[in-house]
Amino acid sequence: MNSWLQLGQLEIRERQGGTCEANNGFCPDWIADNLHRYVDPFLQHIFLTVVSVAIGFVIAFALALIAHRKRWLLPPLSASAQILYAIPSVALFLLLLPITGRGTVTGLVALVSYTLIFIFVNVTAGLEAVPKESVDAARGMGLTERQLLWRVEVPLALPEIFAGLRIATTTTVGLAALAFFAGAGGLGEEINADKGFQSNIAVAGALAIGLALVLDLLILIVQWLMTPWRRAAAA
Amino acid sequence: MAEAATLEFREATKRYPGQEQPAVDRLSLTVPAGEICVLVGPSGCGKTTAMRMVNRMIDITSGDILLDDRSVTEREPAQLRREIGYAIQQIGLFPHLTVGDNIATVPRLLGWDKERISQRVDELLQLVSLDPSETRDRYPGQLSGGQRQRIGVARALAVDPPLMLMDEPFGAIDPINRERLQNEFLRLQKELRKTIVFVTHDIDEAIKMGDRIAILQEGGILAQYATPAELLMYPANKFVEDFVGADRALKRLALQRVRDIDLWKGATVRIGESVAETRMKVEDADIDYLLAVDDEGHPWGWLSERALAGERVTEDFRSKAEPLVELDDVLRDALSDLLESETRYGAVVDERGCVAGVLSLELIGHILQTPPEEVPHGADALVADE
Repeated sequence: MNSWLQLGQLEIRERQGGTCEANNGFCPDWIADNLHRYVDPFLQHIFLTVVSVAIGFVIAFALALIAHRKRWLLPPLSASAQILYAIPSVALFLLLLPITGRGTVTGLVALVSYTLIFIFVNVTAGLEAVPKESVDAARGMGLTERQLLWRVEVPLALPEIFAGLRIATTTTVGLAALAFFAGAGGLGEEINADKGFQSNIAVAGALAIGLALVLDLLILIVQWLMTPWRRAAAA
Repeated sequence: MAEAATLEFREATKRYPGQEQPAVDRLSLTVPAGEICVLVGPSGCGKTTAMRMVNRMIDITSGDILLDDRSVTEREPAQLRREIGYAIQQIGLFPHLTVGDNIATVPRLLGWDKERISQRVDELLQLVSLDPSETRDRYPGQLSGGQRQRIGVARALAVDPPLMLMDEPFGAIDPINRERLQNEFLRLQKELRKTIVFVTHDIDEAIKMGDRIAILQEGGILAQYATPAELLMYPANKFVEDFVGADRALKRLALQRVRDIDLWKGATVRIGESVAETRMKVEDADIDYLLAVDDEGHPWGWLSERALAGERVTEDFRSKAEPLVELDDVLRDALSDLLESETRYGAVVDERGCVAGVLSLELIGHILQTPPEEVPHGADALVADE
């Protein structure tokens, strides 16, 4: 209890300023002066999010393709992804500590495991929703199974795949705020370092929300570029 | 790609494990090169299965299928399929590809160069009566059902395959557009002379489209394989008889157009001509009634006896020149016109509206006695536009 208090005081002492800071309020001046402190944690947050979504995407996408061809694998794979997702995040970070130690790797492993379910479920659903007659026509015209997959099925599943990617990304931005439990840094570490100070919470929080929005928008733009037929049909 | 191929089913059988009855049971028939063979029958008769065995979408259990004397079972499926045009009921256009890319599917698989593909796409779009510059870069979702159907046919024709498989290609289209597409397709076939296996459940479509019709019954058994006229005249058994329907004679009349038959000669006369000459014309004609025409030769009306009372023919009509039958009318429609007008004779006019002859109920009755081998079928039955 005592050490916690001291830590808090240390922090407060570090921030200099007037009554606003002393009252843990929302202080625009302090924010303007201290924005540089958030740069590294913010970059780390981006790194954690982007890398774990990317790795998660590769793994979940590959598993979904396998399950699409070998149907019997679908239930066990879905269940595994569900179970991973059901583990409370803090618990998972702590569980991984003895194996991977404190640091970025542990954070990534945990975050990756949470992205799997969204991407896996959406990719399989997207492949499932490809019109049967398109698949039949493709086979009937002599596309091999591989050509069928990459030229017809995957492109037609893109809207669902992107939907999964968006959920996974937004969720990961939020979960990465807890990655500091594993010693992986990120905006969560800043929040935790001075939980009582509104200015701190506001800046770190706003950066996280902004990151989620920007990444979401980026994915939407890529989706828009990659699915020209949807735009044409809507026009 | 190549000349039309000959397709032969030899005791081709498909048996699914755990099912007592085969889906297709020892089907044997030969489709001569350049002909449309329609597989028709009630649902569950195995007609689609039989078609899909040809390009190995379904593999046969026993027997054989030969494409130009070569067994399809020896061929690698994807290779074989690229040589066979494929069009199905829901068309199966790829929604994410433009019309041009859809049509280019098989040419790309075969590694054609860009220039050749682009030329072929435009050529095919024109062939199916679509404007290349307007349709090429659009997506299937932006087109009407009829346009999509045409593109489905164009895509199936892309590499000029020697054989085409078509599974109810006009099934999901309203009756008016279906009729138009059928006619367009027959006109195309008259030019292209592909070997075509065409699946439908609709006997009228089968009669219209087929050079030969294979009627299948439950259990994948071939009930009869014959030209439409043979089928209608000599149904092989009760099943075929029921399936083609009680109006067989009328259906036969739908196979012929007025221009296909020897019309009766009628006597035509202009008002004011000499009665003596006119009487000689009547003696020469097949009917006693006299048809007045105007200066251009267009029918005006049937004259009564009193018109010939003097020296010159006078304007004394017994009835108007109705109904007017056109050379391109299908005999069934012409018969309907005659019946509706409660008359035994109808004046037949050509494209310019001039009298070409006379059609009568007796003549139609006589036509029904025509031996089936003299009745045209498939693309040949179609003479001109709808």
